[in-house]
Amino acid sequence: MSSTGPIRRDNQSSLRRVFSWQRLQEEAIRFLLFGCALLSVLTTVAIIFVLVTESLVGIPPHTAFFQDVSFSEFFFSTEWAPQFSGSQQHYGVMPLVCGTFLITGISGLIGLPVGLMIAIYLSEYASPRARSICKPALEILAGVPTVVYGYFGLRFVTPYMIMPLFKSMGFSVYGFNALCGGIVVGIMIIPMVASLSEDVMRAVPNSLRESGYALGATKFDVSARIVVPSALSGILASFLLALSRSIGETMAVAICAGNSPNLTLNPFSSVQTMTAFIVNVMQGEVVAGSTLEKSLYAVALVLFVITLVMNLISQMVLSRYREVYQ
Amino acid sequence: MSLHGKIYERRLVWRHRIGLIFEWVCRIATFLSLGILAVLLFSIGRQAFGWLGWGFLTRSNSYEADQAGIMAGLIGSLWLVGLTAIMSVPMGVGAAVYLEEYAKPSRLTKFIQLNISNLAGVPSIVYGILGFTVFVRMFGLRDRPERFTCSLGFAQFSFELPLGRVVLSGACTLTLLSLPVVIIAAQEALRSVPPSLRHASLALGATKWQTVRYQVLPAALPGIMTGVILSLSRAIGETAPLAVLGAAAQLSFAPGRIRSIGDAVQHPSKILQAPFDQFTAIPLQIYGWINEPKAAFEHVAAAGIIVLLIVLLLMNGTAIFIRQRFQKKIRW
Repeated sequence: MSSTGPIRRDNQSSLRRVFSWQRLQEEAIRFLLFGCALLSVLTTVAIIFVLVTESLVGIPPHTAFFQDVSFSEFFFSTEWAPQFSGSQQHYGVMPLVCGTFLITGISGLIGLPVGLMIAIYLSEYASPRARSICKPALEILAGVPTVVYGYFGLRFVTPYMIMPLFKSMGFSVYGFNALCGGIVVGIMIIPMVASLSEDVMRAVPNSLRESGYALGATKFDVSARIVVPSALSGILASFLLALSRSIGETMAVAICAGNSPNLTLNPFSSVQTMTAFIVNVMQGEVVAGSTLEKSLYAVALVLFVITLVMNLISQMVLSRYREVYQ
Repeated sequence: MSLHGKIYERRLVWRHRIGLIFEWVCRIATFLSLGILAVLLFSIGRQAFGWLGWGFLTRSNSYEADQAGIMAGLIGSLWLVGLTAIMSVPMGVGAAVYLEEYAKPSRLTKFIQLNISNLAGVPSIVYGILGFTVFVRMFGLRDRPERFTCSLGFAQFSFELPLGRVVLSGACTLTLLSLPVVIIAAQEALRSVPPSLRHASLALGATKWQTVRYQVLPAALPGIMTGVILSLSRAIGETAPLAVLGAAAQLSFAPGRIRSIGDAVQHPSKILQAPFDQFTAIPLQIYGWINEPKAAFEHVAAAGIIVLLIVLLLMNGTAIFIRQRFQKKIRW
């Protein structure tokens, strides 16, 4: 009886939150680290704030882009000529969007199937030795800067691949063309598709493969009819992520595909993408507060929204996918 | 053998044949991409052959192709990546430590996590626009830049507000750009540290921070450093955000007008001045040379690309060395 008293009091004092420098330091560090994590949210907020105040809702003394140019002109007019003045000035974003999707489409046609096949090879067929060669090589391919791909496209793909092949077939090919931009961006997204899809395919449990073999399936049946379908949502998410990357790709496209905003689906003509327009204008001096400058933000907002939606969808699919097999 | 068996046998042959074709198609696709890498390196190397020498590294740019050099860009890129590392590594690792060690699985944590993975997918050019507005122009708060001078006794430097197109603006932009990648890499490294290590430390009476500082971080350090170096090597090749900031493609001086190492030691204020000076970077110079109408500059651009690739190779090599060297030592 007599011994329980003091012990109980000790317990209470240790449970009570007393002040100590140690505890203060711990809390301060926790707060500081939380601040670091919050910085990423701040970055997103800053991006949205900058893009919206310059293009949608201006802060009173300044006007925003859509207060100078109407929505309908921006989205439905088919001519993009912001550098001119007076009646020749046109702000129809269609040619830029069309150019962007033309290049993204071509890059998808090249990058997605090749990337998927590499992923199947690496996850299902390759020996450990072949994997140890291919994986670092793909990492190198992923690490090559985009300006290098641009140079490669301009000085190799167009003159040595596209020109001889399609000129002989009677097409008129421009020196800057969308096809070259698409091919180069397609090469750029191959490593991304390959590594992301391979990850999801390796996450497919082996028991599924083994039950396939037990039912008499061949290796092809297992990889094409069991592994790929069960990893399908993850693969589609990786496709979406890769396409969003090729929409946002700048330098390679600006170098290869030229800078003339044409509303066309002809892959041999020169086009301008949204990103190429931004880089091209920012290279010269832009008058602060001019409509041309604000149009940059409007185009960047369109770009940001498109890529954000694609990224969000693929992130959600990928995270749900991870939960299913773990 | 029954009819069924015969059909099955014939089908099986075909199924194996299709399987073999499929396997070879996949194999060819894989080696095709390796072939592309080889062709890319070979074609650029051939263009650069004979143009890359000591003179190319030490000269600044010129209107004559054979007198052009990459000195300003090389030193500018080193300044950029150094400042980016100083800013992004502590913040990135801090955020990763918070998310992995401190954060409880709440809705806010989930939101921050989703936000980081989304930021990693934002096009780099959008970061360029952000950097241009926030750092270069500072929201247009001042119409005309104002000059401030700061003296430290032994050295002094001056800077303008808004910052303008200086090294610091570029480094801040690249920091924002590389931060999500650094965070994700550091998180993966922290996740690979076994929980038993944390439990042991906490059981011995260490506080949360002591556990993180003396047990978890040292154990995760090789992984963190590998990820950090890889994401910095991504940042060094970025062209679009710097081009959007309006950085000059060609300059004839290194940031801070430092001419040699001796020059920097004798005039320490030049080192302090460098972050607030104009800059160019290797990829910007390459882009400038590609746009140059004179045909000879395509060789100069190729030589610049080789320099850039060598810098990247050195950085990646360091990362791989760290990974190989330290991962073997640790046995859980």
